[in-house]
Amino acid sequence: MVKNNLENSDIEEIDKSLFEFAKYDSKKAELIGYSNYSYWKSTLNVFTKNKVAVFLLVVVVFLLLFTVVQPYLPNQHSPIKINIDEKTGLQLRNLPPSAEYWFGTNSIGQDLWSRIWSGTRTSLFIGLTVGFIELIIGIFIGSIWGYVRKFDPIITEIYNVITNVPTTIILILIAYIMKPGIITIIVAMSVTRWTNMARFVRNLVIIIRDREYNLASRCLGTPLSRIATKNLLPYLVSVIMLRLALAIPLAIGSEVFLTYIGIGLPVDVPSLGNLINEGRVFMMVPSLRYQLLFPTAVLSIITISFYVMGNAFGDASDPKNHL
Amino acid sequence: MFKYIINRFLRSLLTLFVVITVVFLLMRMMPEEGYFGKEGTDKLDAKQKEAILTNLGLRDPMTVQLKNFYEELLHGSLGDSIIYRPNVPIGKIIKEKAPYSIAIGLSALGISLITGLIMGVIMALKKNKIPDKIGTFYVVVIRAVPPIVYYLFIQVYLTKILNLPILFDVDEPSSWILPTVAMALGSIAGYAMWMRRYMVDELNKDYLKLARAKGLSEKKIMFYHVARNALVPMVQYLPASILFTIGGSIYIESLFSIPGMGGLLVDSIQLQDNNLVQALVLMFSVVGVLGLFLGDVLMAMLDPRIKLHGDGGGR
Repeated sequence: MVKNNLENSDIEEIDKSLFEFAKYDSKKAELIGYSNYSYWKSTLNVFTKNKVAVFLLVVVVFLLLFTVVQPYLPNQHSPIKINIDEKTGLQLRNLPPSAEYWFGTNSIGQDLWSRIWSGTRTSLFIGLTVGFIELIIGIFIGSIWGYVRKFDPIITEIYNVITNVPTTIILILIAYIMKPGIITIIVAMSVTRWTNMARFVRNLVIIIRDREYNLASRCLGTPLSRIATKNLLPYLVSVIMLRLALAIPLAIGSEVFLTYIGIGLPVDVPSLGNLINEGRVFMMVPSLRYQLLFPTAVLSIITISFYVMGNAFGDASDPKNHL
Repeated sequence: MFKYIINRFLRSLLTLFVVITVVFLLMRMMPEEGYFGKEGTDKLDAKQKEAILTNLGLRDPMTVQLKNFYEELLHGSLGDSIIYRPNVPIGKIIKEKAPYSIAIGLSALGISLITGLIMGVIMALKKNKIPDKIGTFYVVVIRAVPPIVYYLFIQVYLTKILNLPILFDVDEPSSWILPTVAMALGSIAGYAMWMRRYMVDELNKDYLKLARAKGLSEKKIMFYHVARNALVPMVQYLPASILFTIGGSIYIESLFSIPGMGGLLVDSIQLQDNNLVQALVLMFSVVGVLGLFLGDVLMAMLDPRIKLHGDGGGR
């Protein structure tokens, strides 16, 4: 009894002006259905927790910017100019790294520092282009493959043929038939790369199209554009980003490989493949080994960075890993 | 079971037929220098070139060319080499080269299977502990660093450290070691990664609770249940890693000067020997198709749960 009295007196002391009755607002009632979850914000949150990946992202962005800015910096040599000693008129062959030529010169006197950055630019360009082509063709064919049942057996058979033959062999065949050049390399790589992407999109289209939550969305009258962007896209993003990130090191690796077996870019276009291939000759000469080590180091940094970042971003953009 | 194998085999044959035809047609689009040799292109005049092409049957209608090509293939003939070793049957060249590639490829496969599987099991058992982290680091590095980079480093530095020969020599057994190990490194990473994945998946399954409740020892659970079940999907990876050794062997054989098929492909490409390139591309494709076929059959044989009379769903 005593206790009850106490509680009553407490309640009476509370200032009633602090409270007011809420009015019914139909808009606000609707809002309750949505959380403040933001897909991209969560993705970013998960990604930034991976410190190694963030560090490598900074490295890659810096490298990318540097390949663009480098030719405009003061005191840069041209990557294709053959440097000649003014006194003797001879080519400045195989100079070790110095203040004038930061990474030394190659066997015909070209500046390795600028060749490496120019080569990185070429290789990154190839990698990015192949990545985007893979995405566009892969998503396009994949969605037709999954959506139009009539095409399913035909595309499946094409897919079987392509995936049964070792990728390396297709790559070699195409590059061998066409004239050497950047376009050849891009075409040769794109011919095989779209298949994985397309198969993934196809399976996803088939699975997700008729899932209960999509059925529910359709029943609620959600427009197709919203279903596509909110229900489908988040499932695709993780793989798209992963494959785009991995396409770059893969493409650079293939470029190096094609150059190595003699059907890569022409020698006058500096690329990481060309530089490594030129440097390989000096592998056995310790004093000239720098010509191999510098391009190899840049190649390794780029591939490792994109690989680790791709995996981290792939994990981060998968909605299952959020929260 | 039988029905499945026959069905899968027929589909592989169809694939092979398409591949062979496409390769043949694509090779007809190649520059014709490949039929005269580097010197011949400069020395011969247009009439002589035309005569050579006609003699080779390249001026016949495409249907006739295709028919001749299939007939020769059925008789087991791949044609003659043009530049690499003029007028020597390609079959003979391959017969000389193949044993080296097969020997090194199979040794590499053996090494990578044993090492990779053991590594994967250890990684799964010590999940998130130091052995797992070291293993994961290895996997990431091997998958991220281009093979040419670590092959070169092995050839330049490891040969010096271990005092092994830099180039391959048939009569010198120690010269076999590094090429084989180098070739195995990539597949070791693959086996370890997948074995760990499947083991970890298997460890989370319900039947293990029953096994523990029955009082089975952890050792028995690990080896009779977890490892055994995890091995089933690994079988399918086996042919894929044979395919991988094809790519690897192209680098390794030409780096270490091994007189094998991978090095032969590089040489024939650099010499632009059209016939030889065509024959080798065909051979590697056949290996690829057969490898995937065997993988599917092996997996279906090992795991009774896999649906046998397929509707072609899997791949």
